[in-house]
Amino acid sequence: MSEEQGKDGEKPVVREAPADAEREAKLKAAAEARAARAAAKEKTESEAGEAAPEVAKPPSPRQPELDRLAALIKSEVSESAVEDAYLNELNGDMPVIIINNSYWREVSRLLKEHGELQFNYLRNVSGVDYETHMEVVYHLYSLSTKREAAFKVKTERDAAAVFSATPVWATANWNEREIYDLLGIDFPGHPDMRRIMMPDDWVGHPLRKDYEPIDPEV
Amino acid sequence: MIRTEELLLNVGPQHPSTHGVFRIIVKLDGEVITEATPVMGYLHRGTEKIAESLNFTQIIPYTDRMDYVSAMTNNYVLVHAVETMMGLEVPQRAEYLRLVVMELQRVASHLVWWGTYLLDIGAMSPFLYAFRDREMIIDLFNELCGARLTYNYMRVGGVKWDAPPGWLDKVRAFIPYMENKLMEYDKLVSGNEIFLARIKGVGAYDAKTAIDYGLTGANLRCTGVDFDIRKAEPYSLYSKFDFDVPLGKTGDCHDRYRIRLEEIRQSLRILKQAMEQFPEGGDTMGKVPRVLRPPAGEVYVRIESPRGEIGCHIVSKGKAEPYRLKFRRPSFVNLQILPKLLVGETMTNLITILGGIDIVVGEVDC
Amino acid sequence: MEFSLESISIEERKELERNVFMGTLEQLKAWARSNSLWPLTFGLACCAIEMMGTGASHYDLDRFGVMFRTSPRQSDVMIVAGTVTKKMGPLLRRLYDQMPEPKWVIAMGSCATAGGPYIKSYSVIKGVDQIVPVDVYIPGCPPNPAALIYGINKLQEKIRYEAKTGKRVTGR
Repeated sequence: MSEEQGKDGEKPVVREAPADAEREAKLKAAAEARAARAAAKEKTESEAGEAAPEVAKPPSPRQPELDRLAALIKSEVSESAVEDAYLNELNGDMPVIIINNSYWREVSRLLKEHGELQFNYLRNVSGVDYETHMEVVYHLYSLSTKREAAFKVKTERDAAAVFSATPVWATANWNEREIYDLLGIDFPGHPDMRRIMMPDDWVGHPLRKDYEPIDPEV
Repeated sequence: MIRTEELLLNVGPQHPSTHGVFRIIVKLDGEVITEATPVMGYLHRGTEKIAESLNFTQIIPYTDRMDYVSAMTNNYVLVHAVETMMGLEVPQRAEYLRLVVMELQRVASHLVWWGTYLLDIGAMSPFLYAFRDREMIIDLFNELCGARLTYNYMRVGGVKWDAPPGWLDKVRAFIPYMENKLMEYDKLVSGNEIFLARIKGVGAYDAKTAIDYGLTGANLRCTGVDFDIRKAEPYSLYSKFDFDVPLGKTGDCHDRYRIRLEEIRQSLRILKQAMEQFPEGGDTMGKVPRVLRPPAGEVYVRIESPRGEIGCHIVSKGKAEPYRLKFRRPSFVNLQILPKLLVGETMTNLITILGGIDIVVGEVDC
Repeated sequence: MEFSLESISIEERKELERNVFMGTLEQLKAWARSNSLWPLTFGLACCAIEMMGTGASHYDLDRFGVMFRTSPRQSDVMIVAGTVTKKMGPLLRRLYDQMPEPKWVIAMGSCATAGGPYIKSYSVIKGVDQIVPVDVYIPGCPPNPAALIYGINKLQEKIRYEAKTGKRVTGR
């Protein structure tokens, strides 16, 4: 206690200096670790994209799950329906498949109705604005096989449109309306495409990265 | 043959039984609803946009205000998502504290539901009983973190405050108290004939519809589908506890009522076990970097809130702020089935069914 | 009627002083109004739960003559409990207009006062006083029931003070 006080009274500057240096070092270490992690992730991603069986890392127990999924979609719908397939390491190796926008309609039907997949429960739909393009992420779960997977559909930023999944999963209805409202992605085939959160006369889509609030303050 | 004209009736947004500012426009033929259009967004506060300019610790208070009846579970889903992304370890004591407050919160949330649901149906006094007992839990939380409703208690890597001396004993004393009160509730309401006539067979749907609409929580389990994330995909310490998942058969409002009361009982059971297992000492905060920078990538985690599956989807670019933060709010998803359920029902059943779904508008609109 | 105070005995006079109060009619009205403030149940967000808690058994607002009404036509005071969004604003104004005079507004919580934590949001009105005149602001996020009761007491005080002095507490 007295030692502390003495230090404090003596020279507070001296006490802070090592702390600063320590912090610098920590920050640096953290930055390095981050860069390494990002590099590793990019590597696995690109590898998974090239050819799924040739993963350099120790194969995840969920790798066959992903391969099977991708193969099924390729054989049942089209070879070009799967743009990319990888495991999301951060999320407990959740299989993620990027679907070509023009095939999403057939793929969504397949996912729900195929006897082996039975993705009957749509957990979450989120739209993400990546500034270069838009993306809609569907998190699916099967209550019968207890499997989960994420599917992404990319679309360009101007005239963004992804085929609606509402005819397949009724859950998608309001979720898609919300994405339309906040991000401005249109969902052709949706039964009732209106704004849901903002007033009907609202201008713009607030969750877009370049959104400027242009409405007057009350 | 009596011919009636179609009537357009607006319910809400200021209506005592819509639990906030939810609005529904119904078309009536006499007293029978022919079409229902929910209108929401009256409490849309843009949480997701605000979150994009805040760091993760700063977002925690905003999660409190989403589902304000069950703030602790909301806290948990966010910190859990960040911990999953960064691969952080949480100390045992902190994890136990989290579990205890989450289960207490589940009891408190179901008590609010129980009280207000009966108030909607026309019974005044259960509301007073429910709030009397909820106040005990609120006092416990108040002592723990200094807030009555918006706790901001959890942090990435642990919890903010350790339990003050004597707090655990108070929780221990609360469990038998609440068990007794539950019996009182059952005696008071559950067998009441008028009440049963109002809720039995009302708003029924089958398991297929429930899954198709993505319902979770009691709304799904009332149809007999055994899906509780605490059991199906255990998070936190739930795999260490022994509890049942109450299931219904018919999928009507009565089943949902029964399930929620039973869930209070099961929560108390978990609490009892947690009190036995509670570690003596230890840290309440793990080793966490000063600035939280999750690695680039994305994560979706989900937990079981009192209303169903609450999920958090974070897209990170390696910065201190999330690039995109999306919450999967159970009330929002569960509410979608409402227009389907209302068609063909009478006007009085609108309130019964809406209350039975158990929504919190702060969460619907976010 | 002729009545002279000198003609009555001292005992009678003391008795009179105990039972007769002098005041204006305004003060009488204010006394009655301030003790039967009927608020409109206008719960918007988190604060609504605290408002419900205040009205329920533990804090019991009924003892102040505060009874929640569900119709604006029957209420005297609007407790704006929660965040007011731009979509809700016009409706709030309409509800205020539907209330009969005299009427008061309590802005409960920081959202209703000035936007609170949502001050940077694109969809939130930064303070309900931009739409309706507010009499009492209660800070807190959410204010605890004791704070709400204190706010209601302040409003009662204000009503009585205005009647007694004829001054307006807030010049608007």
